[in-house]
Amino acid sequence: MTEAVNTLLLLFMCVTALTIVRQHNLFAVVMLGSVFSLLSAGMFVLLDAVDVAFTEAAVGAGISTILMLGVLSLTNSRERITFSTPIFPIVLVMLAGSVLIFSALGMPEFGAADAPIHGHVADRYIEKSGAEVGLPNIVTSILASYRGFDTLGEVTVIFTAGIGVMVLLGLRRRTAQDGSVEELPLPGEGNMRHHSVLRVTAKLLIPFIMLFALYVQFHGDFGPGGGFQAGVIFAAAFILYGLVFGIKNAVAVVPEGVTRFLIAAGVLLYAGVGVASLLMGGNYLDYSVLAHEPTHGQHLGILLIEFGVGTTVAAVMITLFFSFARRTRKKT
Amino acid sequence: MTLFPAVVEAHLAVLLIVVPLIAAPLCSLLRRESLAWIFAAAVSVVCLALAVAILGQVMANGPIAYEMGGWASPWGIEFRIDRLNAFVLVIVSAIAAVVMWYAHGSVRAEIGGDQQPHYYTLYLLCLTGLLGVTATGDAFNLFVFLEISSLSSYVLISLGAGRDRRALTAAFTYLVMGTIGATFYVIGIGLLYMVTGTLNMADLAVRLAPLADNTTVLAGFAFIMVGLSLKLALFPLHLWLPNAYTYAPSAVTAFLAATATKVAVYVLLRFLFTVFGTDYLFEELTLNGFLLPLAVIAMFIPSLVAIFQTNIKRMLAYSSVAQLGYMVLGLSFASITGVTATVIHLFNHAVTKGGLFMALGAVLLRTGGVSLQNMAGLGRQMPLTMAAFVVGGFSLIGVPTTVGFISKWYLILAALEDGRWPIAFLILASSLLAVIYIWRVVEVAYFQPALEGRKIEEAPLSYLIPTWLLIGASLYFGVDATYTLEVAGSAAAHLMGNGG
Amino acid sequence: MTEVMSHFNYLVVVVLMMIGFYIVISGSNLVKKVVGLSIFQVSVFLLYISMGKIIGGTAPILDDRFTVYSNPLPHVLILTAIVVGVATTALAGALIVRINEAYGSIEEDEIYRQDGDA
Repeated sequence: MTEAVNTLLLLFMCVTALTIVRQHNLFAVVMLGSVFSLLSAGMFVLLDAVDVAFTEAAVGAGISTILMLGVLSLTNSRERITFSTPIFPIVLVMLAGSVLIFSALGMPEFGAADAPIHGHVADRYIEKSGAEVGLPNIVTSILASYRGFDTLGEVTVIFTAGIGVMVLLGLRRRTAQDGSVEELPLPGEGNMRHHSVLRVTAKLLIPFIMLFALYVQFHGDFGPGGGFQAGVIFAAAFILYGLVFGIKNAVAVVPEGVTRFLIAAGVLLYAGVGVASLLMGGNYLDYSVLAHEPTHGQHLGILLIEFGVGTTVAAVMITLFFSFARRTRKKT
Repeated sequence: MTLFPAVVEAHLAVLLIVVPLIAAPLCSLLRRESLAWIFAAAVSVVCLALAVAILGQVMANGPIAYEMGGWASPWGIEFRIDRLNAFVLVIVSAIAAVVMWYAHGSVRAEIGGDQQPHYYTLYLLCLTGLLGVTATGDAFNLFVFLEISSLSSYVLISLGAGRDRRALTAAFTYLVMGTIGATFYVIGIGLLYMVTGTLNMADLAVRLAPLADNTTVLAGFAFIMVGLSLKLALFPLHLWLPNAYTYAPSAVTAFLAATATKVAVYVLLRFLFTVFGTDYLFEELTLNGFLLPLAVIAMFIPSLVAIFQTNIKRMLAYSSVAQLGYMVLGLSFASITGVTATVIHLFNHAVTKGGLFMALGAVLLRTGGVSLQNMAGLGRQMPLTMAAFVVGGFSLIGVPTTVGFISKWYLILAALEDGRWPIAFLILASSLLAVIYIWRVVEVAYFQPALEGRKIEEAPLSYLIPTWLLIGASLYFGVDATYTLEVAGSAAAHLMGNGG
Repeated sequence: MTEVMSHFNYLVVVVLMMIGFYIVISGSNLVKKVVGLSIFQVSVFLLYISMGKIIGGTAPILDDRFTVYSNPLPHVLILTAIVVGVATTALAGALIVRINEAYGSIEEDEIYRQDGDA
C-alpha cells in the first residue's frame, strides 16, 4: 500500500516539475511550485520525516508561495515565450545527471536497516538521547542540543534574510536620486472590504491559529514541531490579518519598531543561552550546566532557544510579508 | 603570554565566531550610522585580537578541538583549528578590521542614507559566516556558515545600486550561481554521509580511506569540487565574479575580494588534503593531470581579458580570477612547497588586492568613476593614492620586495621541484600579462595630463591610512617573509600529514 | 532489474534534481529561475530523507511501542536546509522586485540588452 502511494507521489512530482518547464504563465509556475512542495511534504511523511513534512508544508508550500506571489503582483505575470531550446543547459544537466546515476551504483539499497548511515553516529542518538537529553522527539534533541550550533546558524540565516529584505525593499523612506526623501505611503484596506464572509471567518480563525502556534512551540519536545514551525504559523495569523483587513491596520497591530526589535531579540536569546552556559562552566551551548540536574538543564536550555527561534522566525516572516505588501507597484 | 582572562582563553575558538554573531543583531538596533560604525569597528578589532590569540595558541600547543554543547565528536559539532585555519582566521579578521575603518567614508559616499546603518549589520554577518566556515570541523555546519556569508554578500553587493543599477543584476546572478554551488556542495556531502554515516571532517577522512573504489564517494567528490569551484570563482565557473566586484560599493569589494574567495580556497585545501587525502586523489585519481592544465588556463585567460578592460575595478576583478589560478596551481603539485605557495599566496593576495580596491575607492570618491579616463593625470593630483596603487600593482606582477614576489618564487620552486620547468616558464610568462594591464593604468595616471579644469584633491586620511596599512603590509612581508613563511610552511607540512 | 527497483527512489530523485537544475540554467525569466532553484533544492531534500528511511521503521519519536526508528539526523539537516532555502527565496524575490523597478523587465536577456548600450 505505502509502496503504491510512494510511487504515485513521485510520479506526480515528476509531472508537476515537467509542467513547470513548459508553463509560461508565471502565476501557474508559482502555484505548481507550491503543489510540488506539498507533494514532497507527503513524501516526507511516508519516509517517516514528520518534522520535515510539517516545515516543508508551512514554508515551501506556504510562505515561499506567498512571497513569490507578492513578487508577481509587483512585476509581471507572464514569461516571454522563446522557441529555441538551448543546447548547453541540456548538456550540463545530462552531465550532472549521469554523475548522479553513476553514484547510485555505489549506494546501499533504499530502506536497508544495515546501511552505513544508520550506524556509527545515528544509533547513539536513537539509543541514548532519551537518557542524555530527556525528550521523546529525537529530532528536537539533535536539532536543539547535539547539533544546536547548526540551529544557531540557521536562526542567523533567517535574521540575515530579514535584514536583507528590509534593506532592499522595506525601508519606509526612500532617498531619491536627487537626494530628496520621499515617504512611501502605506496601502490602506485591500479590496477585501466588501467580503464580509472572509472578514468574519478570519476573525474567528486568527485566535485559533495563534493558539495552535503556541501549542506547536511548546509541544515540539514531544511531537513534531518546535520554534521554527511555530514562528511560521504565528506569522501566518498576522499575514491573514493583513490580507483581509489591510496592511495599514496590520502595521498598527505590530509596529515596525517592535518587529525590528524582536528579530534581533530571538537571535540574542539563543546566543545568550550559549554565553550563559560558558559562564556557568560548560562549553558553548552546553545546557547541562544550566541546572543542577543535567536533563533539567537540557530542558531549560531547549525551551529557551526554541523560544528564541520562534521569536526571530515569526518577526522575520511578518517583516518579509509587510516589506513586499507595502511596496507600491511602480508605473512602467 | 596570555591576552585574555582564563575563561576567554579556554573558549577562544567559539568566541571568535560568537562575538560578531551577537554583535550583528545588537548593531541592527542602532539607528545612527556613526554609532553603528564605531560599534562594528570595535567588534572587528576584538575579533582580530581573538584570532591572533588563537594563532598563538595553535602555534605553541598544537591544534584546538572545541566541542559545541559539550557533545563529543562526531555526535556533536566540533570546531577544529590547526595552523592552516588559524592563519586564515587571522587573514580574514585582519582584513575585516582594516576595511571596517575604511568603510565609514566609503559607505557615506556610496550608499543611500537609510541603508547605511544596515551595512554594518550585514558586514558583521558576513564576517561571522566567513570565520565560521574557516573554524568548523563539521561538513554540514560549514554549509550553514557558508550561507550566512553568501546571503549577506548578496545584499552587500546590491547596495551598489545607488550608483549603478547593474549592482542588482550582479547580486542576482551571484545569488543564483552561489545557490547552485551550495546545493551541489550539499549533494556531495549527502553522498559522502550516505556511505560513511558521519559529517565530521576528521571522522570522514578515517572512514573514507577504505572506500576508494566506491562510485558514490567519487560522485560526492565531484559535486563538492564543482560546488566549491563555483563559490571560489575558479575559471570557467567565475562568471558571477567580475560584475559582482565591479558594481559593489568599494568597501564591499575590498572586503570580499580579500576574504571570501580566500576562505573558499581554504575549504578546497581542507577537502582535498584532510578529508580525501593525497593518496586517494593524486595517486588513485591522478587529479593533478586535470588540475594542472585547468590552473594554467585559469592563470592566462582571465589575465588576457583583464588587459582589454576599461573599467579598472573590472580589470582587477579579472586579475583576481587569474590569481585563483595561481592558488590552484600551487596545490595541484600536491607537494609541501606547492601547498606552501598556495597558503602564502592566500595572505599575500589578500593584502595586495584589499589595498588595490581601497585605492580605487579613493579614486571613485574624488573623480566619480573608475574607468581608465578617470585616472588621467592622477599621479600628480593624488600622489599617495596612486603610489599605493602602483605598489599593489607591482605586487600583482611579482616584483621583488613585494609579497607577490614571494608567492611567485615559491610557485616556481614547487614547479622545478616537480621537474616541470615549462610550468615555471608559464608562471613567468603570465606575470608579463600583469605587467601589461598594470602599465596601462600607470601610463594614463603618470604620463597623461590631467583633464582640463578638473581640480582633484588627495583622498582623505580615512581612506589613505587603511589603504597604506595593507599596501605597507604587502611591502613589509615582501622584504621580511620569515614569519608568514614559517606559518604557511608548517601549516602546509601539517596538512600534508608530515607533522609540523 | 533488481538494481533499478531497490534504487527506484534515488533514481526518481535524480530525475527531479535534473529537471530543477534545468529550469534554473535554461530559463531567462528571473521568477522561473527562482522556482526552479527551489525545485532543485526540494529534490535534494528528498535525497537526504530517502537515505534516512528504514523500511519497517517509524518516525523518530521515542515510544515504548516501537523499536525501529528511521534515521533522525537527515531530518535535522534538512530542517536547516529548508530554512536556508526560504531565506534565499526571500532575498531573490526582493532583488527581482528591485530589478523590475530599475529595468521594467524580469527577462534576463532584455536586461542585459538594456545594459549593453547603457
